[in-house]
Amino acid sequence: MIQGRPDAETDAWELSPAPETFAKTVREGLEPEPGLYIDGGFAPAADGRRFETIEPATESVLARVPDAGAADVDRAVESARRALKDWRRTPPLERAKHLFRIARRIQERSRELAVLESIDGGKPIKESRDVDLPLVAQHFFHHAGWCDKLRFVAGHGGPEPVGVCGQVIPWNFPLMMAAWKLAPALACGNTCVLKPAETTPLTALRLAEILDEVGLPPGVVNIVTGGPETGRLLVEHADLDKVAFTGSTEVGKRIAASCARRGRKVTLELGGKGPHVIFADAAIDQAVEGIVSGIWFNQGQVCCAGSRLLVEESVLEEVLEKLAWRMTTLRVGDPLDKNTDVGAINSRRQLETIRGFLQRGVDEGARLHECGEATLPDRGFWCRPTFFSDVQPSHTIAREEIFGPVLAVMSFRTPEEAVARANDTPFGLSAGVWTDKGAKALEFARRVNAGVVWCNSFNRFDPTAPFGGRRESGYGREGGMAGLREYLA
Amino acid sequence: MSRVPVAKTCKLYIGGKYPRSESGRTVPVLDPAGAVLAHAARASRKDLRDAVEAAHKAQDAWAGATAYLRGQILHRIAEFMEARRDELVQAIRSVEGSTAAAARREVDLSVDRVVSFAGWTDKISTLIGGQCAVAGPFYTMSVAEPIGVCAVVAPARPSLLGLVTTLMPTLAAGNTVVALGSESNPLPAVVLGEILGVSDVPSGVVNLLTGGVGEIVPAMAGHRQIGAIGGIGLPAEVVAGACEAAAESLKRTRFVAVASERAGLEDHDRWTAPEAVANWTEMKSIWHPASLD
Repeated sequence: MIQGRPDAETDAWELSPAPETFAKTVREGLEPEPGLYIDGGFAPAADGRRFETIEPATESVLARVPDAGAADVDRAVESARRALKDWRRTPPLERAKHLFRIARRIQERSRELAVLESIDGGKPIKESRDVDLPLVAQHFFHHAGWCDKLRFVAGHGGPEPVGVCGQVIPWNFPLMMAAWKLAPALACGNTCVLKPAETTPLTALRLAEILDEVGLPPGVVNIVTGGPETGRLLVEHADLDKVAFTGSTEVGKRIAASCARRGRKVTLELGGKGPHVIFADAAIDQAVEGIVSGIWFNQGQVCCAGSRLLVEESVLEEVLEKLAWRMTTLRVGDPLDKNTDVGAINSRRQLETIRGFLQRGVDEGARLHECGEATLPDRGFWCRPTFFSDVQPSHTIAREEIFGPVLAVMSFRTPEEAVARANDTPFGLSAGVWTDKGAKALEFARRVNAGVVWCNSFNRFDPTAPFGGRRESGYGREGGMAGLREYLA
Repeated sequence: MSRVPVAKTCKLYIGGKYPRSESGRTVPVLDPAGAVLAHAARASRKDLRDAVEAAHKAQDAWAGATAYLRGQILHRIAEFMEARRDELVQAIRSVEGSTAAAARREVDLSVDRVVSFAGWTDKISTLIGGQCAVAGPFYTMSVAEPIGVCAVVAPARPSLLGLVTTLMPTLAAGNTVVALGSESNPLPAVVLGEILGVSDVPSGVVNLLTGGVGEIVPAMAGHRQIGAIGGIGLPAEVVAGACEAAAESLKRTRFVAVASERAGLEDHDRWTAPEAVANWTEMKSIWHPASLD
């Protein structure tokens, strides 16, 4: 098909490339060897070690980032401990003004941050620009407003911070996760050591620049980059008061155990296998859009993805047909093209994991449907949007979190069966339900075992609405008053 | 030859515009020594009606805006006040004769108070609303909604902090507002109107009048399109009269007495408590059945 001309056979117009023009500026501004952000200054790791962060869409090296070791983590925690004394006693409205400034500065630099997020992480620019960054700014803005209102949230004794928080975040929503961790902690008067994910450290370091620019006191936030070992050093550090972790259930359980040994406060936002239920009376076209968002948003690398589709039997065929067609319209490729729907998988390792699951799905007898239209770039980590039909509830792809653009479709006959199947998982993070009957949606919402339920919608986030999981999806909430309580003593 | 300064015409702020009073009246604003500093518009009942109409027109869009957006717009007011700090200090000092430090403190407190209310827009419904645990198969929510067009009256002193403290909670709750500035020093209200006009506050959301309490408050209390009226530290007889007149249209009355005006208004925690905003809301309980059938 010739781009920019209607296709001779289908008469459909093909979209011309729409590159994000700001990308050049951001690339040219990349610092080849950025520093750790500790005690208000940027410095290399004590032992000088670095690791490469690459662009998943091209596999080219973007920067060599410090690999923080024990000495660096020590220094970061010490700095946070020192800063705690003044920060916790800073008049609440003064803390508020700091946070408002952070929110405003993020808004001002949001295009640059969105582009960098897409470069370093692989997510489509339209998502980082229209979803991630607005939510990041809103999260700081919302929590800024809480600083002088904590007495209405705290219990007896008034609002006191927990203390020094060690926070470890994943690579799927790097800045958003940083905001979800830092904003409530700072609002409550805690100080933080944040470790961004190994594959997406760059935007967190830009956030450090912003914190510096707006004059946040040194040590209130420290950002240490590194891999799993840095994360382990941080969460097991002797001088922390709290750990907050977002990531896999496997690592979350280890952290829960280590915090239990130390009697340390901890919140965990872990994996999921979200049930997405379509009743026959739903507006099917809208539901299909919800399914698309539920599983292909951010290449499916979303802990709250609607990765188990449960469709009422009478409309299964219709839903599958529409979904198969809709899948072909998705544009897979350059994350920095404004028309791209599905970008690059975050890392080679994650791509291999997803491929393993795809093979398992086929081996166990499910039927694979792939978005075959998309031509994938030669370099980089790519996975076509995919769904499996003929899936049994016992199949691996119906039970384990894939963290990729892979949907498992199953069916049900009665509402009771829908509830039972939805709850047939050790996880409990998100759920979705589509029906024209409000009563059914709300009763399903009540009975599904999940921390977040989207009725006739999916993937909605807001700092006013607490987010978090039940059962093996972790504990604790982020956002709203429930989220604040996690950071109050 | 010395330069002749350009004198400011102090006008009303109605529907995003700066009209003179339709009555053509002004009152002299005097400095502590009795010299005339400026002439402020003296609003009439007709000006009030115009202001209510503007507020009414702006109500749907303001109440319908997301709480986040309203919060950002209120924060923007604080940003602009901070930028015009010196002018606000001067507006207080030139008339009231306060020390620079006292006027500066009042301005700082006022800006900070606006910041605090910017944080209330997206939180008040969580604190005062929520799910009702009804004894039946229903999903029932109580939500706080704005009343509509509200009228607020600033105390004589502190002129700026009093105005901000009466205005902001009403605004944060999602109402559109007609406010009457301090009668004895209308200048801070005039400057605030000039700030609002170039901030992101949509036209008609805030309307600022200057003039006489004795003339405007009864007119506010009797106006049927105003849903609630309130003020801080007003003379008892003014409040009593307003409450009685308000009864005719079952207008909500939200008057607060303060012992010592200045000291009483400085208490940040007291004046920014959730009740300050909740007072300017109406609860709505929404019922929906819940059933898998």
